[in-house]
Amino acid sequence: MDWSFLIGVVISGLLAGVMYSLVAIGFVLIYKTSGVLNFAQGSMLLFAALTFVSLHEEGLPFWIAFVLTLAIMVLLGVLIEKIVLRPLINQPPITLFMATLGLSYIIEGGAQFVWGTQVHQLDLGIADVPLPLNSILISQFDIFCAGVAGAIVAVLGVVLQYTRVGLAFRAAAFDQYAALNTGLRLPRIWAITWGVAGFIALVGGLLWGARTGVQFSLSLVVLKSLPVLVVGGFDSIIGAIVGGLLVGLTETLMEVYVGPFIGGGIDQWIAYALALAFLLIKPTGLFGQRSVERV
Amino acid sequence: MAAPLLELERLSVVYEPAILAVEDVSFSIWKGEIVALLGANGAGKTSLLRAISNLLRAKRGRLSKGHIIYDGQRVERVPTHRLVETGLVQVLEGRHCFLFLTVEENLLTGALGRRSSRGDAKDDLGRVYEVFPSLKAKAKQPAGLLSGGQQQMLAIGRALMARPNLLLLDEPSMGLAPLLAAEIFETLAKLNRDDGLTILLAEQNAASALHYASRAFVLENGRLASGGPTADLLARDDILSAYLGLVSEKIVETASI
Ligand SMILES: Nc1ncnc2c1ncn2[C@@H]1O[C@H](COP(=O)(O)OP(=O)(O)OP(=O)(O)O)[C@@H](O)[C@H]1O
Ligand SMILES: [Mg+2]
Repeated sequence: MDWSFLIGVVISGLLAGVMYSLVAIGFVLIYKTSGVLNFAQGSMLLFAALTFVSLHEEGLPFWIAFVLTLAIMVLLGVLIEKIVLRPLINQPPITLFMATLGLSYIIEGGAQFVWGTQVHQLDLGIADVPLPLNSILISQFDIFCAGVAGAIVAVLGVVLQYTRVGLAFRAAAFDQYAALNTGLRLPRIWAITWGVAGFIALVGGLLWGARTGVQFSLSLVVLKSLPVLVVGGFDSIIGAIVGGLLVGLTETLMEVYVGPFIGGGIDQWIAYALALAFLLIKPTGLFGQRSVERV
Repeated sequence: MAAPLLELERLSVVYEPAILAVEDVSFSIWKGEIVALLGANGAGKTSLLRAISNLLRAKRGRLSKGHIIYDGQRVERVPTHRLVETGLVQVLEGRHCFLFLTVEENLLTGALGRRSSRGDAKDDLGRVYEVFPSLKAKAKQPAGLLSGGQQQMLAIGRALMARPNLLLLDEPSMGLAPLLAAEIFETLAKLNRDDGLTILLAEQNAASALHYASRAFVLENGRLASGGPTADLLARDDILSAYLGLVSEKIVETASI
């Protein structure tokens, strides 16, 4: 057995997993505060990447395009919450899920209408070349992504743990009715959460877009993050991180060591097989607590 | 006589699809009073308190009729967080502590509701720990590790963090050992005496509630069945046995402790 090769595979699997975690965190934030499984997270990610690339191609410098897109994403998130989800308050979860499903098509259609359908290249200025570490090869770009995702998670963690907004978020995430009764302003908490989800969608969109090109299949990363949520638990940020890493690791390991024997394509379904196994063994996921009851 | 702190005028509460939980209930509470709201399971106590705190919408219900006047203002359309800011604060039935948050964090959410400054929040925290010393010892522990009685204290403490003028309490003695329940009632009585906190206390535990309240109202199937000064109610055997499941000697016994 070639150990340094195995270690290399494990590391690149974990790094790939970080990208899944990033998308999954966007889901979890919204699910925790409002009990909505936001299927539109993938479209938001696509929308963000497409908006950024198009603005950048129009000649705007990187940071200006970034900030502008961020503003648009936060606005989009807040509007979705206000216009679509707020009126549907007190509806059963399936209604809300259908609403976000419909929303995802509207966002995608809107993006297509505004920015066209061609594939854009996105260059973040980080070469996707293998970086030799002793004898292990690791992609420089993967490390960059992991660093960015790690930083976001760290900042989120600090904000959640040590700020007033974070306290209000955690209270509302645990018990909306009690939060309402305590005088916490739920609509504001929802708006902030959707804004943050918009930001995460932007970062995820840029990282994924830089890797695969900015195209409409980008919104399908949402399908990749569903297994992550099943594995980690829909209501746990830690779960999203660990679930993402596990899925990334499993995919990469299976692809390298099992794929050759069964003719490849294993990465298409292995995450779902893993998720299915978890559903059977631990339906709440590794870190999931309980189902959220919506006000 | 001064204007009441809270006036309920012919309130009716309806839940979806068409469950009439409270019908045509009126009464008033004056500053400095402890008023008991009594009634059996399903009588409508919780629904009435939800109506006052504007929480019905979250439970698929609504105020179908009537007015609520708090501190001279019509408030039936005022959102809960505004009511909390103006000192109308409720301790929910079943405590509803944030179990994953520490005891101190739970208390601080009460300050968030009131939009207290950091300095005020710190002062209030000190005051709540004085009222409930057993919470101070557990400040950094998750609320989920507290006993039922301590969780009830925490729920009350959280409400105190919002500096209430009128505190609504929904069955604070539910599921507690008699001694513990008595301790909580004593604390409430002390807050009423020393700080002039006005209290509306919904209870099934009629004996205790009547012991501490100056007036009481009895709900039956959503309607006000009777009400008045506690001394008057205690003197009426028909009410005691019909609505409160009490025999008068027992009351006298409890009341004299
Ligand atoms: N969310 C709801 N939806 C529909 N009906 C409800 C709801 N909440 C309460 N009810 C009904 O309204 C009536 C009054 O209930 P409520 O909870 O106000 O009584 P209560 O006096 O607080 O009872 P308990 O002492 O058991 O707490 C009951 O018939 C109850 O079934
Ligand atoms: Mg009740």
